[in-house]
Amino acid sequence: MSLGELVLWGLVKFVAIVFGWVMLVATVLTYIERKQSAYVQNRIGPNRAWIGGKRFPLSATIGQILADAAKVLFKEDTEPPRGGNPILHQISPALAFIPALLMWIVIPFGPGPMPGAEGENWFLIADVNVGLLLMFAIMSVSVYGGVIGAWASNSGFSLLGGLRVGAQMISYEVTLGLNLVGIFMIFGSMRLNDIVWGQGDLAWGIVVQPVAFILFMVASIAETKRAPFDMPEAESELVAGYFTEFSSMRFAVFSLSEFIALIAVAAVGVTCFLGGWQIPWVDTPVDAAGVPVYGWITVAQVGIFLAKMIFLIWLQMQIRWTLPRFRYDQVMKLGWVYLLPLSLLNLFVTAIVMYLAR
Amino acid sequence: MDANYAPYVPVVIVTILVVGLAAVILLLNRMLGPRRPTNIKSIPFESGADPYSKPRTRMSVKFYMTAILFLVFDLEVVFIYPWASRYKAWLADDAFAPIAFGGMVLFVIIVTLGLLYEWKRGAMDWE
Repeated sequence: MSLGELVLWGLVKFVAIVFGWVMLVATVLTYIERKQSAYVQNRIGPNRAWIGGKRFPLSATIGQILADAAKVLFKEDTEPPRGGNPILHQISPALAFIPALLMWIVIPFGPGPMPGAEGENWFLIADVNVGLLLMFAIMSVSVYGGVIGAWASNSGFSLLGGLRVGAQMISYEVTLGLNLVGIFMIFGSMRLNDIVWGQGDLAWGIVVQPVAFILFMVASIAETKRAPFDMPEAESELVAGYFTEFSSMRFAVFSLSEFIALIAVAAVGVTCFLGGWQIPWVDTPVDAAGVPVYGWITVAQVGIFLAKMIFLIWLQMQIRWTLPRFRYDQVMKLGWVYLLPLSLLNLFVTAIVMYLAR
Repeated sequence: MDANYAPYVPVVIVTILVVGLAAVILLLNRMLGPRRPTNIKSIPFESGADPYSKPRTRMSVKFYMTAILFLVFDLEVVFIYPWASRYKAWLADDAFAPIAFGGMVLFVIIVTLGLLYEWKRGAMDWE
C-alpha cells in the first residue's frame, strides 16, 4: 500500500475503533459501574436523568451519560493550589488519556491473515510484529499522568497518591509482562493476530496457561488501579489520591482514561487467554493464500470477541465491588514476593514441558 | 513504502489524532467553564483544615528501591521476549534445541537468584 492509502485507512480504523467502540463503552461504563455497585450494595443508584422525563428503555442510561458529559464540560476548570505547577497540572490528564487510547492500536477485533500469509488486516489499526511489546511500552508511559498530576497539585493527599500510583504500576507491570511470556512461547509470536490464530477450537490460552491467566487477571486489576488494588485513590485514606485537586474535565479525563485502560486490558486478556475472535469448532473461512473470506462468520466472530470482552469487564467490576481493599504494604509484597516468583516459575515450567514434549 | 515500516504509519497517525482529541476535550472545558478563582480555592485540600505542613517534603526511600527493582526486572523481561517468541521455532531444530533451552534456564536462574538476594536484603519489606 502507498503512504496515502496507509494514512487513509489508519484514519478510518481509528474513527471506527476509538469512537465506535472504545469511547462508547468507556462512557457507558461510567454509568454501568455506578448502577452495578448500587445493586451490589442494595441501593438504586443514579435514576434521575430521564430523557425528557420519559421512562422508555435506556432513557435513564443515555440521559445520565449526556447529563454527566454536559455537567463536566460546564464546570469550573480550577487551577492547582498555590505553589503548584499550572502547566503540568493542565497536561497531566492528557498524559494519562493518550497512552490509554493508544493501547488499542494493536488489538485485533476480527480475523486477519493466517500466520505467514501476506494480506491486509482490516480489524486492527497497526499490524506490528512486536504487537504486545509495543503495547507494554505505551502502557508504561501512562504512569506519568498520575505522577506528574500529583506533583503539580502541591497537595499532601495528591502527592501520597502519586507516589503510590507510581510504585504500584511499575511493580505490577513486571508481572504483567512476564505472564505473557508463556503465551509467546506456546504460540511462537508476539503479533496478536498470530496468537489468536493459534487458539482454534479449545486450545485457548487459559487452557494451556491457566496459572498465567490468574496472575494476569490479578496484575491487570492492579495495573488499572481498581479495587482491591485502588490504594492510589483510596477514598477513605487519601480523599481521591492523585486527582484530589482536579476538577471538571481534567478530572473526567482521568477517570475516563482509567476506564479505557480497563477495557484495553480486558481486550488483551481475551486475545491472549480466551481465544480472541475464535469461536470453538467453527473454522474461519480462508482462501488459498490464507487470507480470510469475510462473511456472516466474521460478523459472529467480532460479536463473540466483544462478548468475551464484556464478560471480562463485568468480572473486573464484580471483583471491585466484592472484595475489600488491601493494605499498601500487602499490595507491594503480593506483587514482588508472590506474583513475580510465581510467574518466573510458570515460565520455567512451560519451557521444560515444551522442551520435553518437542 | 518499506514493508518493515508500513505498520508503524498508522501508529504515528493515531498518536497525532489522540493528542489532538485530548487537547480538544481539555480546551473545550477551558472555554466553556466559568473561572472564578478565590483565596480559599487556592489552598491545598486537607479535609477543610488549614494546610498542616508543606507537601513536598522527603519521601520514603522504599519508593526509590521499588523504582530500581523495576528497572532491573523490566529489562530482564524485555530480554526474555525475543527468546520466547523464537523458542517454538528453535525447538524444531534438534541441534539447537538444547542451547535454546539451556541458555534460558541459566538466565532465569540468575534472575531468580537476584530476586532472592533482593528479598533477603529486605528490599521488598514494607514494614
